[in-house]
Amino acid sequence: MRPLTVIPVAIFAVLAVVFGVYLWQVGPGGKDISQLPSAMIDRPAPQFDLPAIAGAPGRLDTLGLKTADLVGRVSLVNVWASWCPPCRIEHPILMTLAKEGVTIYGINYKDRPEDARRFLDELGNPFARIGADTKGRAAIDWGVYGYPETFVVDASGRIRYRHVGPINPGQVDSIIRPLLKQAEQNADGAK
Amino acid sequence: MKILLLVAALFAAPLLAHPAAAVEPGEILKDPALEARARAISKELRCLVCQNQSIDDSDATLARDLRIVVRERLTAGDTDSETVAFIVDRYGDFVLLRPPFKASTLILWIGPALILVAGIAGVFVWHRRRRSAVAAPVAPLTADEQARIDALLSRDAER
Repeated sequence: MRPLTVIPVAIFAVLAVVFGVYLWQVGPGGKDISQLPSAMIDRPAPQFDLPAIAGAPGRLDTLGLKTADLVGRVSLVNVWASWCPPCRIEHPILMTLAKEGVTIYGINYKDRPEDARRFLDELGNPFARIGADTKGRAAIDWGVYGYPETFVVDASGRIRYRHVGPINPGQVDSIIRPLLKQAEQNADGAK
Repeated sequence: MKILLLVAALFAAPLLAHPAAAVEPGEILKDPALEARARAISKELRCLVCQNQSIDDSDATLARDLRIVVRERLTAGDTDSETVAFIVDRYGDFVLLRPPFKASTLILWIGPALILVAGIAGVFVWHRRRRSAVAAPVAPLTADEQARIDALLSRDAER
């Protein structure tokens, strides 16, 4: 066979493989290509200092959240809002993790205090601390662009993982728990 | 003639139309020079919600917040590159509509040029081969081949 007859077939074969692999990767259950890699991975959490959700302390009596709070123990940082439907879907998973003893910190994004309070009164509060990011500036410092977003932060206060969108039950076992475990082990090793 | 003018005007209209920017009056800086710089920077930054629009074009609230951040940085005295670096620091290179030239984006930048060069080389080789094939001297027929041709031709002639 002459090379000129082979070339188009070869190009077709290469393209078919490339597209095939891509299709297989992003297909049902595959990776979401609209999700961006975070610029923050393996970097210390950004500097921020957010007040607690405003209003009279009732059932919801939480402290604000600042960078220093993230140092000392492995935690999840969840950016949420009462107006965000996927946050509502994700909420039971956060509740489960909190009951298991995972430290979860919340950043309440552009929410009205009364709405945020009602949301937590209704669905329960999984957060050890909640910072009220009423202007959304702390979220920008975290590189947040979709809600909810969840970060795995290790004991030294470094971001290890960023998850965009609600965590589904499968991802808790396949992604979140292993990362938390690994971070715990690293923290124990450092002691 | 009037109809011709009308048709011409219809075709020219889109050229005159200014692309609508999403910048709201409240966001615009008082200093026109600073505002112009902010607009230029905003056009280069991707809206992370829509992903195919710049933050200058997008009505997403995050785009609006980022436009305000850009203006704040400029007002605080940052240079254009410092302002862009501030955003890239948080959102990564993806936020740049014009990707930077570095090792991880090398294929992106030089890929098309490589394919073009390979294509030109391919056409060149093909052309040369064809020419040499045409120019190659044709081997004369052997006595045996000549005899077969004569036999075939004479058979046709007999019919």
